[in-house]
Amino acid sequence: MSTIQTPIDMQQRLRVAKMFKLQWEEVQHSWVLLYPEGMVKLNGSAGEIMKRLDGTITVAELISALERDFATPDLSADVLDFLHIAQGQGWVKP
Amino acid sequence: MSVDAFSTTAPNLPGPPLWLLAEITYKCPLHCVFCYNPVDFAQAGPELSTDDWLRVLRQARAAGSVQCGFSGGEPLVRDDLEILVAEAHRLGFYTNLLTSGVGLTEARAAALEAAGLDHIQLSFQDSTKELNDFLTHTKTFDLKRHTAAVIKAHGWPMVMNCVIHRLNIDFIEQIIDLAVELGAEYLELANSQYYSWAELNRDHLLPSREQLERAERVTNEYRVRLGDKLKIFFVVPDYYETRPKKCMNGWGNVFLTVTPDGVALPCHTAKMLKGITFPNVRDMSVQDVWYQSDGFNRYRGDSWMKDPCRTCPDKEKDHGGCRCQAHMLTGDGANADPVCDKSPLHHRVTEAVDYAQVPDSQRTLVKPLVFRDPKNSKLLTTAS
Repeated sequence: MSTIQTPIDMQQRLRVAKMFKLQWEEVQHSWVLLYPEGMVKLNGSAGEIMKRLDGTITVAELISALERDFATPDLSADVLDFLHIAQGQGWVKP
Repeated sequence: MSVDAFSTTAPNLPGPPLWLLAEITYKCPLHCVFCYNPVDFAQAGPELSTDDWLRVLRQARAAGSVQCGFSGGEPLVRDDLEILVAEAHRLGFYTNLLTSGVGLTEARAAALEAAGLDHIQLSFQDSTKELNDFLTHTKTFDLKRHTAAVIKAHGWPMVMNCVIHRLNIDFIEQIIDLAVELGAEYLELANSQYYSWAELNRDHLLPSREQLERAERVTNEYRVRLGDKLKIFFVVPDYYETRPKKCMNGWGNVFLTVTPDGVALPCHTAKMLKGITFPNVRDMSVQDVWYQSDGFNRYRGDSWMKDPCRTCPDKEKDHGGCRCQAHMLTGDGANADPVCDKSPLHHRVTEAVDYAQVPDSQRTLVKPLVFRDPKNSKLLTTAS
């Protein structure tokens, strides 16, 4: 992809892009992203991030929520790395 | 499809049938010379009923299918398509309609949107009206342009699919331009694969090396120019390769096709394989079809392989190629796909490629193109 990437803004409210459908798949025990004739199986942390992106919380709030829910500090870099990839793939939109 | 996470190394533990292709009818208003439907389609048994399909959808979803493609023939020929899409949507499938566009009126588009249809793949045979109509033996081109507008108006993402071959490959610019004009998100330039009707018409359809190289070059230039505006997939004809494709991403690994009369297959064309009786969804659940049936287990793993595949370091990479191609070109589906240059019968592919370099003007005794229609299907079935 040749998308010119802008850095993730901590105040942005991201959501799953319209072309993608995010859902939990019991058979695969994972969150998946479905799109025309394709599928991406998300790993555990990617799934935890994506399922929280409903367009209402900011990136900063997302990071706090994850740090609280998993009782783990300093998740900021990991989350931003993933969001950068997700944005580059077109999975998430502001 | 991104399926990296699903390739299974343990032959006895296949993953779920992620992709369900529901070929709901063989009826089709078009008569494409490269159609992959079986040549004997006119002899198929009665079509599955609405209730049969609803049962198949529920069973497949329970077995882990996530993508559902409604195909054919032309799926819009069936007037219960909306009922099936609605149920697939309710079950949590991502629903895809693979259509020629014929029959997609505004009223049906509205009904399909209400049913929850996620995406439409619209096939074009070429970008010029004359060639499109010639290749499909109909007058459908204007209708397709209209259909593309309907698809966009309903906000569906649109994949435009154009089967590429000797007769249209030199018009690749016009094809890509048209995809841009119609607002497609994806364009699949799928070189014809030589099965079924396309195999019958192979000498007419296989492009020369020069044609192919030019088309790839032009496509790459467009990719640079268009960037993210249009994502272009270019599928090469495997006859020009020296290693076979990992067909269907592995036999019985991801794909499940159900034919109009209910036969469950690991790929669209597997019914041609002799000596395998594939199960029918009228008699067996999808779960049992996938995990228990002899047909689906036949070429899983590698114990069925012969040399050169059996001892080949690449056997995990390509699974010996395509079983149907091995069957068609060597007479035994367990042989190496002769696309592979390690196959002792590789010359059966290179002979066709050599002939593809002969200019049309220098060819003699050319068989006429055979159009896919019920009459030809019956004739060819009787003849064999």
